[in-house]
Amino acid sequence: MKKLINDPRAVVDESVEGFGLAHADLVTVSADPAYIVRKDAPVAGKVGLVSGGGSGHEPLHGGYVGMGMLDAAVPGAVFTSPTPDQILPATLAVNSGAGVVHIVKNYTGDVLNFETAAELAQAEGVEVRTVLVNDDVAVEDSLYTAGRRGVGGTVLVEKIAGAAAERGDSLDAVAAVGDRVNQNVRSMGVALTACTVPHAGAPSFVLEENEIEIGIGIHGEPGRHRIAMENADGITDRLLEPVVSDLGLASGDKVLLFVNGMGGTPQSELYIVYRRAAQQLAGKGITVARSLVGNYITSLEMQGCSITVLRLDDEMTALWDAPVHTPALRWGV
Amino acid sequence: MGLDVQWALRWLALSAEAMAEHREELIELDRPIGDSDHGENMDRGFKAVMVKIAEAPPETAGAALKMTAMTLMSKVGGAAGPLYGTAFLRAATALGDADDIDAATLAAAFQAARDGIVARGKAESGDKTMVDAWTPAVDAAVAAAGNSDVHKVLAAAAEAAEAGAVSTDPMLARKGRASYLGERSIGHRDPGAVSTALILRAAVGAAG
Repeated sequence: MKKLINDPRAVVDESVEGFGLAHADLVTVSADPAYIVRKDAPVAGKVGLVSGGGSGHEPLHGGYVGMGMLDAAVPGAVFTSPTPDQILPATLAVNSGAGVVHIVKNYTGDVLNFETAAELAQAEGVEVRTVLVNDDVAVEDSLYTAGRRGVGGTVLVEKIAGAAAERGDSLDAVAAVGDRVNQNVRSMGVALTACTVPHAGAPSFVLEENEIEIGIGIHGEPGRHRIAMENADGITDRLLEPVVSDLGLASGDKVLLFVNGMGGTPQSELYIVYRRAAQQLAGKGITVARSLVGNYITSLEMQGCSITVLRLDDEMTALWDAPVHTPALRWGV
Repeated sequence: MGLDVQWALRWLALSAEAMAEHREELIELDRPIGDSDHGENMDRGFKAVMVKIAEAPPETAGAALKMTAMTLMSKVGGAAGPLYGTAFLRAATALGDADDIDAATLAAAFQAARDGIVARGKAESGDKTMVDAWTPAVDAAVAAAGNSDVHKVLAAAAEAAEAGAVSTDPMLARKGRASYLGERSIGHRDPGAVSTALILRAAVGAAG
């Protein structure tokens, strides 16, 4: 294992410290318990948005703290959900009185820890709503699994719900917009290589030179099945097809197409995937109205990508276009 | 003679030792069907418990377990933190401020712990989770409680938990991260069931 680290157990602390130093104009970092809040939090009259999860997915979530997106992010250990003793003070720090929305990716640990923190916050008089993100079509959503995982769609929920909060929407309205994004977004990912959790010291699974793993999540967990390596167009089709059919997209629909890198794949390859996905959607009469291409929700140094498609309406499009100023996403300002 | 606060403190210390000693093993078990963090999280959590206990030594077994619960809930993260936290909290409540814990109270505490885990995690027997170690342990503890020997209750629980952990090998995971794997989860042992067995084995050692 070769990594730019000092102590495997200090990875998150040291990284968050550096993040705070680099973006001191936008965020304030609390070291213990670890959480990141928007510099001007709490913003008077505004609903607070808090998200969080295991570390290793950077720039998610800390990179999205700032005007027009999150008010706070709570980083857990690598691939491990944060704990209520972090989530609670982050929630209290961004509550202006208008209430707080928790954006939670659907993993057993995240759900249990955010649920506990929400109960504690409510006991302190803060109204909390939870938006659960579960956009991963690779997982069967049934009584027999923990349900679909939250993956690429999370970035879009955070941006769009963040814009709704910024324009002054009520607590229930912000949560409703977040839920609406989640209902209209689906994702699917592929790994060309595994990743290595610093404190584990070895790759989380092994892929041979000619193998890829289809339907991966973002925690180095293996996916649904393993196939022989294919070219970019072939892999793109395998990811896009289940997303399009699960969303029930039809000719005339407008979408946001988001091609996300898992951390170890160059931007140039992501555009090759984007090219094919855009062509395929155009061939079905689906308009790609907005795009996002890059490393926005990663899995350490894993090579691979995910494709996320959001069915847009006019309001979601306007909220997507609204100004945002965070360390990782910035436009309109 | 029942169990007291000294037993509880030895139990937690031996649990912490077991988590440190089996850290790599739990990481290895978690690698194929989870995300390689169980050993790290449990080790970190029980180390934090040891620090808390040293700072403010609890005076009853119930208080020791409650302190453990709050620390695990706030320090472990993942699913294991809230689940073990709830387990220790319910067990602490069942013990109350008893300082001479008899066999029936001990079995009831284990039962309360298991019920707490089921209530929080909503897993059932056969889902390939820590419940598959806890439920046979509780059944064995309740059965052994009849002869009023706390040592037999502890031994029966630990033995059943160990067998329960092994029984997860052929199961298809239906809860937690392993459930994403479907059929591919078969043939692996559930790390949460293994850590449960280690903790219940530590309780035996603590009773001497």
